[in-house]
Amino acid sequence: MNGLLKLLRWSTGITLLGCALVIGFYGLSASSIASGYKENHEEDEHSRNRFGFANETNPAYQEECGGCHLAYPPGLLPAQSWTVMMSGLDEHFEENAELPEETRLEILNYLAKHAAQAGDKILRGSKDEALARITELPYFVRKHDEIPKQRVKNNPGIGSFSNCDSCHQNAVQGDFDEDRITIPGYGRWDD
Amino acid sequence: MKIFTLLLIVIAGLASTTLQASQAIEQLQERYRKNGVTTFVALDGKALWYSDQNGRSCTTCHGSSPTAVGKHRKTGKKIMPMALSVNPQRLTKTSTIEKWFLRNCKWTLGRECSPQEKGNILQWLQQL
Repeated sequence: MNGLLKLLRWSTGITLLGCALVIGFYGLSASSIASGYKENHEEDEHSRNRFGFANETNPAYQEECGGCHLAYPPGLLPAQSWTVMMSGLDEHFEENAELPEETRLEILNYLAKHAAQAGDKILRGSKDEALARITELPYFVRKHDEIPKQRVKNNPGIGSFSNCDSCHQNAVQGDFDEDRITIPGYGRWDD
Repeated sequence: MKIFTLLLIVIAGLASTTLQASQAIEQLQERYRKNGVTTFVALDGKALWYSDQNGRSCTTCHGSSPTAVGKHRKTGKKIMPMALSVNPQRLTKTSTIEKWFLRNCKWTLGRECSPQEKGNILQWLQQL
């Protein structure tokens, strides 16, 4: 009887100790996973601004592309789109926008690095991975379907949906917030 | 006294950009001379600038005169004057000048401009 009690005590003790060790190790590994996640997350916050677009700017991109139109935040199109676009600059939406090869590659690298990723809201519903026009993304179309087309196209202050910054005045930073829209000739947009 | 100094700095600043522009133009024209061009004719530059090329012209985007502000025909972006007399910031870098000649001659004329044509236009924009 005494022997049986002893055995029971030992086995209970060992089981409890085992459980404690397992929980302890689990806790340690979980916390290290969590801290790893946190680091990644912080890094992500650094590389993207509060509107979800790249913090990094590129002087060549600003000068060469921003010379004619808004330097669109790279996160508005997927990398494949940028690659195709940057390989046909001699016929860039009916304009010639040729660049020296070195500059072209520098800008392409910048665009591809910060391009829209699968899962980004801007790509929701988009099937064409090399779509050339931001204005043809299903997300874009959905977001602008309440605006009468003529109000944009016949508006001397806008002219085209591609001139984001006519209405989204801080578009260059990727600020497309609905609360900060002013339509030329119509005033603030009130949803 | 302070105002005088400030004025002097502003004048010196303006003079230095104008100098940069004329140096860049001089460098390019020297290059064009090596390609066989002997003289640069401002009036020929002007004629090419205003010529109609199947509905396209320099004025499509640069506006009625190089002394005025232009507007990109599609994006509507402002294009500051090209004439050095009103905008001394222009034509200060040879690589930038050549880049825009390449793009804009191909768009407007459907071909690259010759060294003679480029030299003429620079001559005109400098004198205007």
